[in-house]
Amino acid sequence: MTKVIVFVDHKNGVIKKVTAETLSVGKNIAGQSQITAVVLGPGAKGAASCLTKYGIDRAIVFESEYLTNPASLNAAKPLIAIIKREQPDVVLFPHTAAIKELLAAVSANLEVSPTVDSVAIENIDGRLICRRQIYAGKVVESLTSNQTLKIVSIRPNIFPVIERDSEIKVEEFSFLLGATDIITTIRQVSGEGKTRPDLMEAKIIVAGGRGMGCAENFAILEQLADVLGAAVGASRSVVDAEWQPQCIQIGQTGKTVAPDLYIACGISGAIQHIAGIYSSKIIVAINNDPDAPIFKIADYGIVGDVREVVPAIIQEIKKIKLSSLS
Amino acid sequence: MNILICVKVVPDSETIVKIAPDGKNIEETNVRFAVNPYDEYALEAGVQLKEKFGGEVTVISVGDENAAGVIKKCLPVGADKAIHLVAPNSRMMDALSIARILSDEVSNHPFDIIFCGKTTIDDQNGLVGELLGSLLNIPVISAASQFSIEGERAVASRDVDGTKEIVECALPCLITAEKGLTKPRYPSLREIMLAKKKQIESKTVISSEPILYVLGMEYPPNRPSGKIIGEGISAVPELIRLLREEAKIL
Repeated sequence: MTKVIVFVDHKNGVIKKVTAETLSVGKNIAGQSQITAVVLGPGAKGAASCLTKYGIDRAIVFESEYLTNPASLNAAKPLIAIIKREQPDVVLFPHTAAIKELLAAVSANLEVSPTVDSVAIENIDGRLICRRQIYAGKVVESLTSNQTLKIVSIRPNIFPVIERDSEIKVEEFSFLLGATDIITTIRQVSGEGKTRPDLMEAKIIVAGGRGMGCAENFAILEQLADVLGAAVGASRSVVDAEWQPQCIQIGQTGKTVAPDLYIACGISGAIQHIAGIYSSKIIVAINNDPDAPIFKIADYGIVGDVREVVPAIIQEIKKIKLSSLS
Repeated sequence: MNILICVKVVPDSETIVKIAPDGKNIEETNVRFAVNPYDEYALEAGVQLKEKFGGEVTVISVGDENAAGVIKKCLPVGADKAIHLVAPNSRMMDALSIARILSDEVSNHPFDIIFCGKTTIDDQNGLVGELLGSLLNIPVISAASQFSIEGERAVASRDVDGTKEIVECALPCLITAEKGLTKPRYPSLREIMLAKKKQIESKTVISSEPILYVLGMEYPPNRPSGKIIGEGISAVPELIRLLREEAKIL
């Protein structure tokens, strides 16, 4: 028997894709045992009612005027209280960008050493074996914990979402959260309403390197990203040259990604970059140097100038889109 | 202002990582070690704060005996002193155990702020800073790409799911550094010479029983070897055909 709690990360009631993935992982680990979703913060009740899509039949919700963001330190107290009451064997978190403060606060309080950013999980008679990438994906380690309670987070974009219908029982958790429990405050959020997918959740990533020539040439990558519904990434050298912001860097001091399709444009393929994209399903490389290391791992390579090849790809995709419409 | 910086000594990012014969560790012979890059951004942030407000910067690092040589490199760039908590098996220890060792040491030092890197490039747990803050019962702001002190409060901005958040909390607090928070400086020859007089205090710590066990390590499955399908724009139609018909993506 493995009793599982899944922390639901959501924004005003809208469940993040990685949360759906985490619920599916939780369902698999729990098997016939109980799985409970914990939904905190504004929109929690709305989010809980959507969980029936993922076969979840029990949710604990908590809303408070003081708790404006579920994935924050401010949510630690009620979450710890819920875990203490429920006594689960496993608590799963989606490994979202802002989850670590909360995950660590819960772990420190419950004296658990967590296993984060897992890419595979096996439950062998209650013993969890988690696989995670280290050294930016150059090596994969398998870990297990000897603690009674296990806290594990799930890397986005790795696990499939399994949809199955259920009826859900939603329980409200009563907890006294006051103004003095507010530890960090979000003063401002900017850049919302962007149309491109998040790099960690994107199915397709279009990334540029030094071979793009200059910062302005990234406009053609953005066009390609928009016709493909893709996210835009960058190599370390273009971030260091300040052509692109740090938040889109891919590689050992950036993000490790695993999309269905990775299109590397003008990226030579330094070891740190290759490690960060190695688990992508299909890699396409466009580079004017036929000896660039990226071609050694690219499923499909084109030797040529990205400034000519990328616009040609955009045209070709637009043609396909038009013909599928008519 | 008393500023503490936690750093870890890790294999340099250029390292070709090899799994040791036991299958549970990384081969460490012929590996060049360096200060974790994110910890360098943290250190620079601390030094800049000292330059603005005065005070002292203390570097604290848990590492094996060999780490001392690398920890020393924090002194010329502006740390006043360094404390090396010597734990022979520290590279095998889990994040909570490391955070506990740091927390025990930190409780000997009055501090206003602690900076850590947001993660390390070796095991990529990225948890020690957050766990340490929680053990000390102080606010934590993760992955700061900008930082300032406004009166008695710390203000940091960070990137979350494609948006930029500005987060604030009271001091004392712990901030973890994203790449780009600061640009680490290169020390001058004079600073390198002066740093030789600075002290590294070395203390042996008792390693706790392991909580997490590494069952094994392996390389990711090999990718099929790369294939160049053509040159220039004439190769584009073939690329699109392969993506649609062979890879079934578009």
